[in-house]
Amino acid sequence: MREWADFTTDAKEGGASTIALTGALTVSCIGPLDRRLRALDQPIDKIDLSGVSAIDTVGAWTAWRTARDHDAEIVGASDQAERLIAAIKDSNSTADIAPPRAEIIERVPAAVGDLVIGWGEGTVGVVGFLGALMVSAGHTIKKPSKLRIKALIRQIELVGVSALGIIGLMCFLVGIVIAQQGAVQLQQFGAEFYTINLTGRLAMRELGVLMTAIMVAGRSGSAFAAQLGTMKLTEEVDAMRTIGVSPVEALIIPRVLAAVLMMPLLGFYAAVMAIIGGAFLANFALDIPFFTFLSRIQEVVPMHDVWVGMIKAPFFGLIIALAGCYQGMQVKANAEEVGIRTTMAVVQAIFMVIVLDAFFAIFFTKVGWG
Amino acid sequence: MSEHDISETVDEAELPAVAEPFKGEHPIVIEGLKNSFGDHVIHEDLSLTVNRGEIIGVVGGSGTGKSVLMRSIIGLQIPDHGTIEVLGSSITDARDDDDIDIRSRWGVLFQGGALFSTLTVAENVEVPLLEFYPEIDPELRHEIARYKVMLSGLPEEAAAKYPAELSGGMKKRAGLARALALDPEVLFLDEPTAGLDPIGAAAFDRLTKELQETLGLTVFLITHDLDTLYEICDRVAVLAEKKVIAVGTIPELLALDHPWIQEYFNGPRGRAAQDSQARGGKASRDAKSADSVDNSNVEGA
Repeated sequence: MREWADFTTDAKEGGASTIALTGALTVSCIGPLDRRLRALDQPIDKIDLSGVSAIDTVGAWTAWRTARDHDAEIVGASDQAERLIAAIKDSNSTADIAPPRAEIIERVPAAVGDLVIGWGEGTVGVVGFLGALMVSAGHTIKKPSKLRIKALIRQIELVGVSALGIIGLMCFLVGIVIAQQGAVQLQQFGAEFYTINLTGRLAMRELGVLMTAIMVAGRSGSAFAAQLGTMKLTEEVDAMRTIGVSPVEALIIPRVLAAVLMMPLLGFYAAVMAIIGGAFLANFALDIPFFTFLSRIQEVVPMHDVWVGMIKAPFFGLIIALAGCYQGMQVKANAEEVGIRTTMAVVQAIFMVIVLDAFFAIFFTKVGWG
Repeated sequence: MSEHDISETVDEAELPAVAEPFKGEHPIVIEGLKNSFGDHVIHEDLSLTVNRGEIIGVVGGSGTGKSVLMRSIIGLQIPDHGTIEVLGSSITDARDDDDIDIRSRWGVLFQGGALFSTLTVAENVEVPLLEFYPEIDPELRHEIARYKVMLSGLPEEAAAKYPAELSGGMKKRAGLARALALDPEVLFLDEPTAGLDPIGAAAFDRLTKELQETLGLTVFLITHDLDTLYEICDRVAVLAEKKVIAVGTIPELLALDHPWIQEYFNGPRGRAAQDSQARGGKASRDAKSADSVDNSNVEGA
């Protein structure tokens, strides 16, 4: 329990009274006193500080403000109290503590307007970003020695090699789920042997690449955005520019290239792991031996299913890397923006991957690879 | 943070008791401190005692662990050995962060200001108030934030600005305002004048000195700025060879026969600062007594 500061009123004839403050006028003890002083509405002509045991700037401020509001005089102040009051008196201010907030009727249209303008600027920004990337890619193709091999290898390790464990495990489990759910339905027609077709074709065409894309967007797309965003904040990107290193060549090309190169490999690996998961389940739940399942895959999965998956993969990688790098390079103000941009990079990447996947599905069916 | 009147929901009986102001002679006592990162030993058997009400300057070459020393004192870096006492309570015996119950009684200014980037300057100042004294009325809290901002020498419009909108010098002042939010007894300043122009640096020095005199602060000040040392520091601690090799006033240090100290204070920059102190010392002291805590940041010493 705290010893709160207190006050006593000494009413005199004529209405005006003296307020005697007592106790410690410090930030820790002043809360309730301040509230009570504010509520006073009687005239006051003197504020007596002689009963005050300790004082800090908050106490000095409260006493001085009360004196100012009631046009009263401060008496009995110690040397320290006088010094503090003199110090804070000059620091009186009525400024806003936060930027003024507009009425909701203004705020909503303003937010919508900002959003629309943001879309427009975003479109221009993306086009500009793509242009810068094309130019740099052109430079790199003309002069392959400009390609930063070390950075590329490093990104390949981060995007590809270190993702093998989690993608493999995830797709193995997804393979089990697909085979099990498929088998339950197909058993009703006595056609559980077709679980092999279902698992194999689905894994090669869609699942492997799509699950990989989602995982890469979550692991690497977010990392790209956060890394580049932080580098923008710490002016590393500006420093690169000033010493003649193009940030696009040094930072973005290796990341984009790594994602484009790794996605097909990861996608194929993921599909294989999903099939192994399916075979694993079939071995125990459907009495289809493991190796029978695998050899049947060769017969029931047409070669073009593999191509469908492999053709889509680099495009997905490109989208993920572009979204990550673009959002990262847009960071300007503060640490909060890094978080927002990282989220946007992942959300946009996954969304665009799925939209593109739908287009690819229709396209490949039309060209006869159904 | 909600504008809702927290005070009504606070159970006053649950508020922690408030410690008496520190009455001892030595608010900071460090004994036998050892800090290391892996094999790299930063401090070995380091001891330092700070007197109440003084401004102690800590100097040392780059990499001698000045900032690490400060981080150890405020409990951010757990030392390998040694004891640290601040305001009579031990930092090194604290089991976790909550054990350090004197954090409402010190203020820390980090090198870059370390302002919370999503809050305005005034809201930054309000954070410690809200954390330690939720019973204070929002209205009083805003008033406190405003006058602390002014007291640190910022213009009043700065209160509503976000850290990203401030210059480096203004960020330092805003950081100082936050460090002063709770009227601390001890103030830690990590290179407060680094990166400021000479006029701004001189104004910041004067501000530190005035605040120390007015509020009776003990100031632990890490600096490379020789002018700051000559101008406002009561004593200077020299960090070298992994320990504090000497503590004393600058004349006392100059009398020592240590090569690093001699080079530090008698190098070209040291001489320049000495000269300016000899010439301008009296004038700046007059200026100091004339204006108390002023809000102008234009006049140089």
